[in-house]
Amino acid sequence: MRVTHRDVVCSFCGTLCDDIEVDVEDGRIAEVRHACRIGTTKFLSASRHEHRLLKPMVRENGRLKEVSLEEAVERAAEILAGARRPLLYGWSSTSCEAQSVGIELAEVLGGVIDNTSTVCHGPTTIAVHEAGFISCTLGEVKNRADLVIYWGANPMHAHPRHLSRYSIYPRGYFRERGHQDRTLVVVDVRRTDTARLAQKFVRVQPGRDYELISALRAVVNGRKLPTDEVAGVSREDIEELAEMMKSCSFGVLFFGMGLTQSPGRHRNIDNAICLVRDLNTHTKFVIMPMRGHYNVVGFSEVLSWQAGFPFAVDFSKGYAWYNPGETTANDVLQRGECDAMLVVASDPVSNFPKPSVENMLRMPIVAIDVHPTPTTMVADVVIPAAIAGIEVEGTAYRMDVVPLRLRKVVEPPEGVLSDVEVLQRILERVKEIKG
Amino acid sequence: MKLVLKNGYVYDPANGVNGEKMDIFIENGKIVEEVSGAKEIDCSGMLVMPGGVEIHSHIAGGKVNTARLMRPEDHLRNVAPRTSVTRSVCGYSTPSTFLTGYAYSKMGYTTAFTAALPPLMARHTHEELHDIPMLDKGALTVMGNNWLIMHYLSEGRIEHACAYAAWLLRATRGYAIKAVNPGGSEAWGWGRDVRSLDDRVPHFDITPREIIRGLMEINERLSLPHSVHLHPNNLGRVGNFTTTLETLELTRDVKPSRERQVLQLTHAQFHSYGGDSWRNFSSEAESIAKAVNSSDRLVLDMGQVVFGDTTTMTADGPMEYYLSSLTGLKWANKDIELETAPGVTPFVYSEKSPVSGVQWAIGLELALLVESPEKVMLTTDHPNGAPFFTYPKIIAWLMSAKSREEVLERLHRAAQKNTVLGSIDREYGWSEICWVTRTAQARSLGLESKGHLGVGADADVAVYRINPESTDPAREYEAVERAFSATALTVKGGEVVVRDGEVVKVVSGKTLYVDAGVGEELEREVLKDVDYYFKRFYTVNLANYPVQEVYLTSPEAVKVDSGVR
Repeated sequence: MRVTHRDVVCSFCGTLCDDIEVDVEDGRIAEVRHACRIGTTKFLSASRHEHRLLKPMVRENGRLKEVSLEEAVERAAEILAGARRPLLYGWSSTSCEAQSVGIELAEVLGGVIDNTSTVCHGPTTIAVHEAGFISCTLGEVKNRADLVIYWGANPMHAHPRHLSRYSIYPRGYFRERGHQDRTLVVVDVRRTDTARLAQKFVRVQPGRDYELISALRAVVNGRKLPTDEVAGVSREDIEELAEMMKSCSFGVLFFGMGLTQSPGRHRNIDNAICLVRDLNTHTKFVIMPMRGHYNVVGFSEVLSWQAGFPFAVDFSKGYAWYNPGETTANDVLQRGECDAMLVVASDPVSNFPKPSVENMLRMPIVAIDVHPTPTTMVADVVIPAAIAGIEVEGTAYRMDVVPLRLRKVVEPPEGVLSDVEVLQRILERVKEIKG
Repeated sequence: MKLVLKNGYVYDPANGVNGEKMDIFIENGKIVEEVSGAKEIDCSGMLVMPGGVEIHSHIAGGKVNTARLMRPEDHLRNVAPRTSVTRSVCGYSTPSTFLTGYAYSKMGYTTAFTAALPPLMARHTHEELHDIPMLDKGALTVMGNNWLIMHYLSEGRIEHACAYAAWLLRATRGYAIKAVNPGGSEAWGWGRDVRSLDDRVPHFDITPREIIRGLMEINERLSLPHSVHLHPNNLGRVGNFTTTLETLELTRDVKPSRERQVLQLTHAQFHSYGGDSWRNFSSEAESIAKAVNSSDRLVLDMGQVVFGDTTTMTADGPMEYYLSSLTGLKWANKDIELETAPGVTPFVYSEKSPVSGVQWAIGLELALLVESPEKVMLTTDHPNGAPFFTYPKIIAWLMSAKSREEVLERLHRAAQKNTVLGSIDREYGWSEICWVTRTAQARSLGLESKGHLGVGADADVAVYRINPESTDPAREYEAVERAFSATALTVKGGEVVVRDGEVVKVVSGKTLYVDAGVGEELEREVLKDVDYYFKRFYTVNLANYPVQEVYLTSPEAVKVDSGVR
């Protein structure tokens, strides 16, 4: 029997498409419609259990051995409760409900909790502390925007439906002809597939985005550029772009990790936000980060309302302490402070810098994930989890901070719980151990 | 669970009780006639009031969290570690959800309504309300710039507008209709604003006057428990009192469907400004109070300013832009498709600033010049005028002319010259304080079991360690402020949750929302329009928009059969 689930939310990227149709046949996902290729693959792979973690495992004499869930939870709780400075990391590819339990666990342990924004849009958050944030929901872009700029972002690869759902192609209330009513500009260091679609492509020299933003601000604010070229871009191009920005009726600047993780980092974003603020004296202009993991935004939201800060929170004082550069995951790891790690829905062994990973290998690691990764391979306790948005419900926040309810379309593999339940069990046990 | 609060001086003005020595009997979360075999707590020499009711406070949702995220510098001003009962807390003008619940409860509050819920963000607001312990909660759904509302009203399809508003309240689990700078936040989608009641909203064939009148008509046809809750146009602008008076005039043609006002003028202080430039900025509290005194269809909440560093936040996007361009401080903006446009910016009210001084005076003037305390509610529009934990200070000011004088003397002379506060010698008594901190709010919201201690009321009680018989608040205002800062006891739903200013038990309150029924056929027709709007203009599917019940703590639907067909 085939059952069709409609209005399913795709739990892959920050675009959080919520129009997916999923056909389930005999308890397995048979067909996925409307999703991009990445999203489709995620749905289909859920039912291929050979790619999944199915049994809890604990390392004994150097080898991971299958154990009961109770044993795995017990071992995880012992490791975490026994640690002096545990680091709880990951969180961006799971639900707010799991994040919420993780935050309480960090508080009870007096540990450090951080998520993947530490290595992607953390600089964006730091810039928001400095300069504020001038943004909107994606429907404002769809209905109003006549100028769309992607800077250091390549949504054709990373967020494949972003242009068709929100920015360029959809027909909006004030943009009835869709892409014909809009201009697409791409600023990047290379001609990406997104750039190929643009009416104007600006090639900036690598690492010199800050200068280009400054030059644009100068021109927008009525100054003449003293040089013929800035950051590899001609004065004419800069003046033309500045004029396009000033004269549009609703402009949006989407930026990606090309801006947050290149030299300048949070200074680039600070400057870009200030550019948008300057533009608001001329017209309507907004800015938005292209967030990657489907619920990376949710973590910052939950942590902010529960503990005041968006990432990198240290509970060792008993209350939340936040100081990026000190309390961020890689800094804690590289200073050799931390003596145990809980990794949830993430793979830092593959993605972190070598000095961080070298230190990770010296400490016990508890990993909760849906499938094997290099991190689960080196972990001391591995607990499988159901996939949020496919096998369990939950909440996720889109890149524009719109919250959506994740749906469940199939049952998880037998015996596999949600990470929310696993974390709750660990939390309860840790509370008992800590007295 | 049974409890007797013995021998306190009880203030329950809604039931004509004004300082009598009485016992309060509690059983199963309600106030009862009498109980036997119950635990007794001696309250002799203490002041007993119904639990406080907050009607307008920005405590949960998108812009509150944007403010937290934007202002890490705010959080370390106030921190406390985890205890055996409570979670760790932090935050000053943008407190964490846990702190919000604990801090209100310590002041004797047992219910709080968050001031503005943008429908698309409703799930976020409820996620945060879920994490606010200690309080019964509700949210006011913003509709003043909603495209479908504006379309229906401009086309004169009032029944459709009613049915849509009812659906929106249900979908967002909202409690009342809120309007913020009607028409202005839509104009902000193009970087513009509306500056008078008769400006046309760009691209929509409607004016603020028509939106406000229309929303009041919707509200009364649906016979909702609360009235329209209005943040008028021109907030914070010099000379805006004329816009405010014109707005209040609109209530004349509206017939109330229940025994209550038809309009709550919220944070009235920000709308009572005279003068024609910041140089001669002055108070027009007298004009506004006069309008409220002469009408039985109006109530207001103060929006009092208290000096210090705070964060402003409102769904009035153009106003936040304007304010941040005056101060040069960081600014967050968050336009929400088809619905509204919130913004956030920090602000410092300084005793040395002529404008801040006048603002401070205006809030108090309004409370003292409106004759009936039943029409006044104590708010700071938290955190816009000040964080909510400044309420005890404001209570002291209301009860003591001397305490006001002391402040007035320190301020810039404009605060004396351009206001009449110095000439007002009215001082509130305990009953009046009870009205403006709980009873008037409960009445305005139509909460029949709150704001009083009659039989059948919720067993939400605040006991303050101050003797109203032997204390002269006019002189001992510092003792008054101390007493209202931390209760001797806060009882929530019949359980002692705060003792001597410390949280002793964490409870999770109810979430109240309104479920107004309309004719089935009408609703079907409206849902067709809603469906069209979602297919064409929203970026989420209609099926993913309504807030599921799982997000609410102990949901309680207030059912209304409107008769709209």
